[in-house]
Amino acid sequence: MIDVKGLSKRYGDVPAVENVTFHCAPGTVTGFLGPNGAGKSTTMRMICGLTPPTAGSATVQGVPYARIANPGRHVGVLLDAAAQHPGRTGRETLALTAQTIGVDRRRVGELMEAVGLPPKAARRRVGGYSLGMRQRLGIAQALLGDPGVLILDEPANGLDPEGIFWMRSLLRDFADRGGTVLLSSHLLREVEAVADRFVVIAGGRIAAQGGKDELLAAPGGVLVRGLDPAALGAALAAAGLAATADRTGAFTVRASAEQVGRAAARAGTVLLELRQAGGGGLEELFLSLTSAPAAPSPVAPEEALR
Amino acid sequence: MTADLTAETTAAPTPAALLDPPRPPIARLALVELRKMTDTRAGRWLLVLIALVDVAMMPVMLFAVPGEDQTLYDMVSAATTGTALLLPILGVLAVTSEWSQRTTLTTFTLVPGRHRIVVAKVAAAWVLATVFTAVSVVTAVLGRAVGELLGRSSGSWELPPEYVAKILLMAVISVTIGVAFGMVFMNTPLAIVLYFVLPIAWTTLGETVDKLRGAAGWLDTNRTMEALNQTSVSGEDWARLGVSLAVWLVLPLVAGVIRLTRREVK
Repeated sequence: MIDVKGLSKRYGDVPAVENVTFHCAPGTVTGFLGPNGAGKSTTMRMICGLTPPTAGSATVQGVPYARIANPGRHVGVLLDAAAQHPGRTGRETLALTAQTIGVDRRRVGELMEAVGLPPKAARRRVGGYSLGMRQRLGIAQALLGDPGVLILDEPANGLDPEGIFWMRSLLRDFADRGGTVLLSSHLLREVEAVADRFVVIAGGRIAAQGGKDELLAAPGGVLVRGLDPAALGAALAAAGLAATADRTGAFTVRASAEQVGRAAARAGTVLLELRQAGGGGLEELFLSLTSAPAAPSPVAPEEALR
Repeated sequence: MTADLTAETTAAPTPAALLDPPRPPIARLALVELRKMTDTRAGRWLLVLIALVDVAMMPVMLFAVPGEDQTLYDMVSAATTGTALLLPILGVLAVTSEWSQRTTLTTFTLVPGRHRIVVAKVAAAWVLATVFTAVSVVTAVLGRAVGELLGRSSGSWELPPEYVAKILLMAVISVTIGVAFGMVFMNTPLAIVLYFVLPIAWTTLGETVDKLRGAAGWLDTNRTMEALNQTSVSGEDWARLGVSLAVWLVLPLVAGVIRLTRREVK
């Protein structure tokens, strides 16, 4: 469980994060989305007690992070996969963490295997690792203490498609077992498939947040394609749904997927495709929310600087 | 700055589940820090270099110093050259490399009480100071024995325990100053250069400027620590050492801890 309330961070006069509030419940994966420099990393560092907030508070499992006696055993954190000493081997890096948080050394080997770093790679210096390998190492490090919460900053960065797929199933699995996951990305595609909820941040402020369905409820309708376009068109018309056909014989319908599905079922016509219109409905939303030039922030009142 | 956070901190007690397992004990953290100082190539080579310099001073003593002056005492003194010169660099690196490699992200995420990491680092540095003092003594004994066999050394075999204690004290002091400088400057080249240059500059200044000569006797570590090398150390010598260390050790240590605990970790 992660609870962020009115979190703000200013560097001098420059606001980096402004009044960010969100909640990550156990059993869910929250995608923390925003373009580079939107304030994702600063927010995550504030959650982990590394950056003192200017205002607001953040708790993990109900308490400020620094109050957890041995945080490595409750919260798995990966803030920057590149921030590892290049002169240590992957195994040594994990062994140091294992020793610090007091977990059995044997877990190091197990986890390295589990994240796809075989013994040969584990014996190599981190300096020779690709970014993808460092991400895997960082994820292994985060999982070492068998935590209930994962906080991962851009963990998919540098992973190949197979690696992204692997990470998705890992996080899904983690959340399905009751864990809380907060993961950030500047690419919607990386987290779209795994996140239940999204927090979209732009220019240091929350631009939108909610469940995937909620965010997609934005108008756009659904796209439907049938085996027999003519029959499908008739079925939609019969159900009183406004539909527009495109060149390929698919229809864009201003209605819910359920309404369209029922209309087709009543007519007994076979559907080949039924989905949100616009391909990446979420992607369009993401772009529209984040690409707008950040509004010039108002001059801070005195008390906000406190 | 963190008023809201601390206000909340004192409000509700931390659930027992989050206090178990307990925070890592300092002894364990010190072992981890000791391991970090020795598990990288740079760290390991520095340790080897210190030992090599210590050992290399033995032939220098055997062949360049008159036989009657080759006492075990003088051999030990020579065998601490590498330790005295280079061990503080290890102290500097123990702090600065964490910031330059950004491993502070991991270190302070796992141990939010940053002052505990400082204690662990200093403790680990002291362990190394002790180890290298032992290495120096063993090296000197071997060097003196070889001198005996070659018929070159005719000095005494005497080694008063308090002299060994004084060498250990100097090694501990210098490596702690290294850690303190590392924390104050948080930048490897800057901390190392200033660690060497500032005392030299101060010594030169003390010797050239008449008005500073009196003060230098109390503030120049090169002079106050030299007094420890004499067979008898007076009460005033200890007082001078104490005053000079307040300036060169305690001040940077306090400033360094304040900076380290406040600095934003990125």
